[in-house]
Amino acid sequence: MRNVSHFRRLDDAAGGKVTLTFDGEAIEARAGDTVAAAMLSAGFVAGRETPVSGSPRGPYCLMGACFECLVEIDGEPNRQACMTEVRDGMSVRRMHGARAFG
Amino acid sequence: MADGTFAVIGGGLVGMAVAWGLASRGRKVTVFDEGDRAFRASRGNFGLVWVQGKGIAMPDYARWSRLSAQHWPGLRDELRDAAGIDIELAQPGGLQMFLDEDEAEQTVAQMQALRTALGGDYPFEYLGHNAVKKLVPEIGPQVVGGIHSPMDGHLNPLYLLRALHKGVRAAGGTVLHGPRVERISSRPGSFEVHRADGTWSADNVVLCAGLGNARLAPMVGLDAPVVPNRGQVIITERVRPFLNMPTVHVRQVGEGAVQIGDSKEDVGLDDSTRGDVLAAIARRATRYFPLLEGVRVVRTWGALRVMSPDGHPIYDRSTACPGASLVTCHSGVTLAAAHARVVAGWICGEQAPGYMEVFGAQRFALQAAG
Amino acid sequence: MMSEHFDVAIIGAGPAGLAAADILGKAGRSVALIDEQPGPGGQIYRAIATAGEQRKAVLGADYAAGSALLGALGHAGVRHIAGASVWEVTPEHRLSYSLAGRAASLSAEHVLVATGATERPMPFPGWTLPGVMTAGAGQILLKTPGLLPPSPCVLAGSGPLLFLLATQYLAAGLKVDAIVETTPSGNLAKALPHLPRALLSNRYLRKGLAMLANLRKAGVAHHRNATGLVAEGSERIEALRFRSRGKDHRLPCATLMIHTGIVPNVQISRALNLDHAWNDLQQCWHPVIDAFGATSAQGIRIAGDGGGIAGAEAAANAGRLAALAILADLGEISASERDARASADLAALNWHARARPFLDALYTVAPEFLDPADETIVCRCEEVTAGKIREFVDLGCLGPNQAKSFGRSGMGPCQGRYCGLTVSSIIAHKRGAAMDEVGYYRIRPPLKPITLGELASMELDDDDQRPAA
Ligand SMILES: Cc1cc2nc3c(=O)[nH]c(=O)nc-3n(C[C@H](O)[C@H](O)[C@H](O)COP(=O)(O)OP(=O)(O)OC[C@H]3O[C@@H](n4cnc5c(N)ncnc54)[C@H](O)[C@@H]3O)c2cc1C
Ligand code: FES
Repeated sequence: MRNVSHFRRLDDAAGGKVTLTFDGEAIEARAGDTVAAAMLSAGFVAGRETPVSGSPRGPYCLMGACFECLVEIDGEPNRQACMTEVRDGMSVRRMHGARAFG
Repeated sequence: MADGTFAVIGGGLVGMAVAWGLASRGRKVTVFDEGDRAFRASRGNFGLVWVQGKGIAMPDYARWSRLSAQHWPGLRDELRDAAGIDIELAQPGGLQMFLDEDEAEQTVAQMQALRTALGGDYPFEYLGHNAVKKLVPEIGPQVVGGIHSPMDGHLNPLYLLRALHKGVRAAGGTVLHGPRVERISSRPGSFEVHRADGTWSADNVVLCAGLGNARLAPMVGLDAPVVPNRGQVIITERVRPFLNMPTVHVRQVGEGAVQIGDSKEDVGLDDSTRGDVLAAIARRATRYFPLLEGVRVVRTWGALRVMSPDGHPIYDRSTACPGASLVTCHSGVTLAAAHARVVAGWICGEQAPGYMEVFGAQRFALQAAG
Repeated sequence: MMSEHFDVAIIGAGPAGLAAADILGKAGRSVALIDEQPGPGGQIYRAIATAGEQRKAVLGADYAAGSALLGALGHAGVRHIAGASVWEVTPEHRLSYSLAGRAASLSAEHVLVATGATERPMPFPGWTLPGVMTAGAGQILLKTPGLLPPSPCVLAGSGPLLFLLATQYLAAGLKVDAIVETTPSGNLAKALPHLPRALLSNRYLRKGLAMLANLRKAGVAHHRNATGLVAEGSERIEALRFRSRGKDHRLPCATLMIHTGIVPNVQISRALNLDHAWNDLQQCWHPVIDAFGATSAQGIRIAGDGGGIAGAEAAANAGRLAALAILADLGEISASERDARASADLAALNWHARARPFLDALYTVAPEFLDPADETIVCRCEEVTAGKIREFVDLGCLGPNQAKSFGRSGMGPCQGRYCGLTVSSIIAHKRGAAMDEVGYYRIRPPLKPITLGELASMELDDDDQRPAA
């Protein structure tokens, strides 16, 4: 769900601007950001619906341990958004249930 | 014969299937099982209800496996009613694929010989690459062909174990988890089961302790020469359905994960995993199904099979200690239906197929002498 | 694929791993320092090598102090393998890891596991909703991309990290709407007997008191003795409900940061089947280690929070001690030189240990997170509830492994990291048994999911290792 309220930047330190898409919509991030950070700063807190019950989930631990932040990145499903750095032109998609083969 | 109370030693798939058979016949059953961590084939197996290729060297074992497969829908329904658990049984037929022409040819010849020994009633068909691809479109180019048999299927073995546990309790049985059974002593007409936390008596005892049988059997005049054989298994994240029937080494389980098996290793009582063996298992699976390359592995495990010298089951009743019997086998998933519906009755003195006696342990003495 | 051999493989480039690498590197030893993060620093000094001045100011002097450890990376023998997740460590000291989607491996004479801590699971209804994150996640967002959560922002739970995050948010100009503290009432009384000893290292306590004063001054609402937490929302968190001092509350929130202490990350030590002991006060298992990090396995040592929670400075001390012991094992220094060089770090560890009993007694976990209500999801990956686990105990489960096979808890990609402690604890409560008797999940590789293709590409020891089938 996109929300009016989104994470905001503390400072303007380092990192040039990077543009990626989230479910087709262009969003802006900084070089060095993780995909999870980019999603949150654009106001997207959920990246998937679980294959078990379809309930929405989003980044939880941000340290690679919980696997809640899984999204599809450049066509590859179930990637950890919190462990993947953004790249200009990257395409990120929400996942709905079990992955396809990608 | 065999009235009164039963002590079943071992709460794996074999013990629980027998206990369910006994309890649903109105017998008073107590199952003795170990704690949270023990060697348990029942928690680590591959979930196939498999007939093709079983009993190449012992046609009665082929008959027996097939009989069990035929009993499966009945047992599934019983467990659904008693425990309210769907064990995800599906018997759409199964596929054994080959990456090597010679291996395929040899296996087909063996199965044809078995078919002849069984008087022709043994359905299977060899399919070339294109025919297999029609059946299972996702196979890779290295698959040379496969044997399809309508007799085969699969189920969720963990749900099965849970359903049996629930069913046995619902039918009035008792399951006592805790320290292992150290000793069984017998007096005419009764047995005593000794654990570190107490002693129980029963009129009958059924040994279903998997690898534990080897130690317990001589205490009641039986012989169970079983040894461990390790199998390592890989399971992946859930994927959308792509495989509509089980194959010997790859199957897609109900919730979508892909289960990939399995090695056969003689390593004693060691159920750890080994990277090199897992790599080989993974490599074979990606040759069968190249699309699995990018799918993530989330778990692996090693588990110990319970193997008799010829790989076939051992069913025996003690003459030295009447009332004691032994039930042990490798394919405890496939045979659970036969164990619940036939073996439990045989233990109670009901009519059983005439060939049951070929599964006695005396065959090993004969084999050794011959 | 060739597998390189090192004198020492260190897993984890946090304070423990960096401090150890420094000593080993200075001695001219070859060291592989492996970490999944792109930069050194571990969780506490995350992004320390790239953080700007403003960031350091917000995060505070303790964070900035992490820069001192970066010297370790300057030694010729130290190779920092960044962005690599280790998915298997064998008893023979072979490490398999995944780097940029490719399988790789290395071996070493000695292995030092310095994988730190993870946040304790804090299960309550609704904790799986998007927008609910750990306080650790809040800090990571602050340290690396420099992100502040949207308001209203509520922090809930217990433990020093929760208050530290609140303080850092205030310093960054974020309005924290409320702190909902779940520390059980009566803890202070239980902790007080440990206070005199703790005062001997009163820097920790002064820091703590200063934080609390700051929050009060900033007017952050502070609800104490909160119980019955429930996060509400459908697509994301909308509000937090709880009871505090006999009153029901409902706080709207866009973000909820939760925390109830940290526990050793035991994935590798469990997978290696090392001896572990239960710590009743900290309510967690830790591997059994000696002062130099030696474990029950030959040539495998553990340093830092992964061996028992003691904090960042103590982790660096422990890393140095383990490194000295490794140098002695390698014959580089004598036992007496090791002991002589160890004395300062041993004394420092002692000093750090003084505040622990007080902090541990003060911040024990609230009972509702150890034995949550039936409807609470405890295994996030497989969505298994506490009630299901209790049902499995009724079916005869004595421990978590049987429960796992009955109901899939712990079978998901997180490998039980966020349910293991809870599942064992629910079983212990239900059975009235001790945690040691209940035990923990059997952890197996891969410690992190890897693709089947990666696994398939692993080198074989012997060309002809087909799985006999
Ligand atoms: C990798 C692998 C794949 C497999 N795939 C299949 C398949 O696809 N299809 C199929 O049909 N079969 C398969 N099997 C075989 C199947 O799992 C076993 O045949 C079956 O589980 C055996 O059940 P069991 O009860 O004899 O043994 P176990 O499951 O080992 O149970 C024995 C029980 O006895 C208990 N016990 C032992 N000693 C004592 C004692 N002294 N006191 C009390 N309790 C004791 C143990 O704790 C345990 O619970 C596979 C096995 C493996 C290892
Ligand atoms: S948010 Fe936990 S793994 Fe990414």
